[in-house]
Amino acid sequence: MTLTATSFDWVRQLVHRESAIVLQPGKEYLVEARLLPMAQQRGLSGVSELVESVRKTPDPAVTRRIVEALTTNETSWFRDGDPFTAFTGTVLPQLLAARRPDERLQIWSAACSSGQEAYTIAMLLSDALPHAATRVSITATDLSRQMVERTRAGRFSQLEVNRGLPASMLVRHFTRAGNEWEISPALRRMITTSECNLAAPLPRLGPFDVVYLRNVLIYFDLPTKQQILTRVRQIMRPDGWLFLGAAETTLGVDDNWERVVLGRGSAYRPRKGA
Amino acid sequence: MRALVIDDSRAMRRIVGTILKDFGYEVREAADGRLALDVLEEGFVPDLCCIDWNMPVMDGLQFVFAVRANPVYRQVTLMMVTTESETGQIVKALAAGAHEYLIKPFTADAMRDKLALLGLLPEGVTA
Repeated sequence: MTLTATSFDWVRQLVHRESAIVLQPGKEYLVEARLLPMAQQRGLSGVSELVESVRKTPDPAVTRRIVEALTTNETSWFRDGDPFTAFTGTVLPQLLAARRPDERLQIWSAACSSGQEAYTIAMLLSDALPHAATRVSITATDLSRQMVERTRAGRFSQLEVNRGLPASMLVRHFTRAGNEWEISPALRRMITTSECNLAAPLPRLGPFDVVYLRNVLIYFDLPTKQQILTRVRQIMRPDGWLFLGAAETTLGVDDNWERVVLGRGSAYRPRKGA
Repeated sequence: MRALVIDDSRAMRRIVGTILKDFGYEVREAADGRLALDVLEEGFVPDLCCIDWNMPVMDGLQFVFAVRANPVYRQVTLMMVTTESETGQIVKALAAGAHEYLIKPFTADAMRDKLALLGLLPEGVTA
């Protein structure tokens, strides 16, 4: 059975309430595709039946899984290249020069999905800095508990390591574990993971020197984007750096950021006095 | 951009070739390393070779050694595209002079990511 308008609307409202993510009309296919496996697991014939059953018998575990199924997105190693080139080429040298040797740099991967972004940063740091783990710590957070657990585990399928991970880094930083590849314990120790809903008041985090908040804002409405950018600014160092997705900007959303062109990409820094 | 797809499986040559053509590549095929060297010697010097490991006559690793031994082909980027997925094999291929390594099975997105890493994604194709 196809997704009814009422069921789609219920899912939209649930996802917006729990995560502030806006599912526009036209995203019915996404709801169908992401929720059908969950419906079938429960022996139901379609997504509308799944929605009906949760409406009749509310179950927080199921609603959480529905929200997670609709908010997790694809990721890959070195996604969009530029933010990482800028990190090692400009951002990291500037920060190291500005901080005392005993000050630990703090980096946040704010929607870490299954961990590729956080581990990409960890690999770059371990190649760039002797004793990287003593100079830098990386915090990886995601709305989805399942994604946080995957990041913590640091295990990736063959298909996942094929997605943009240079072969030289694969052999240097991973070992085979059956059909999967496991990141080295040294890199895993650089990363702290936790759940975090960016649309709600943030837990005690930071202060961060670098924040990767990429391909996240696009899912939110304008007031939520503004709230998120304000909260992120509050837990950043005044000379910190924010990386957004290639299609995202603070311009016209929050004027308290200054855009800095870095090579082919750009980053944002808290405006002085903001 | 030009690519040479080297694989003894016709089906695999077609899959890899189609993905590359979709990205705008001009593609030639060869069924083993020796035939691939013939293509190079005929004057088709590609930007990229996608090389299977296990092939009759001349395998992928021998092909990599042969290409790297000839300075005329130093601009050619070599990527293994193979089911061989042991760390030792990957190290061996990279040491021989392969630039990248893509493990089968793979998706078109994975090929696109590798091309982006190698700077071989034609203009207009989104990384």
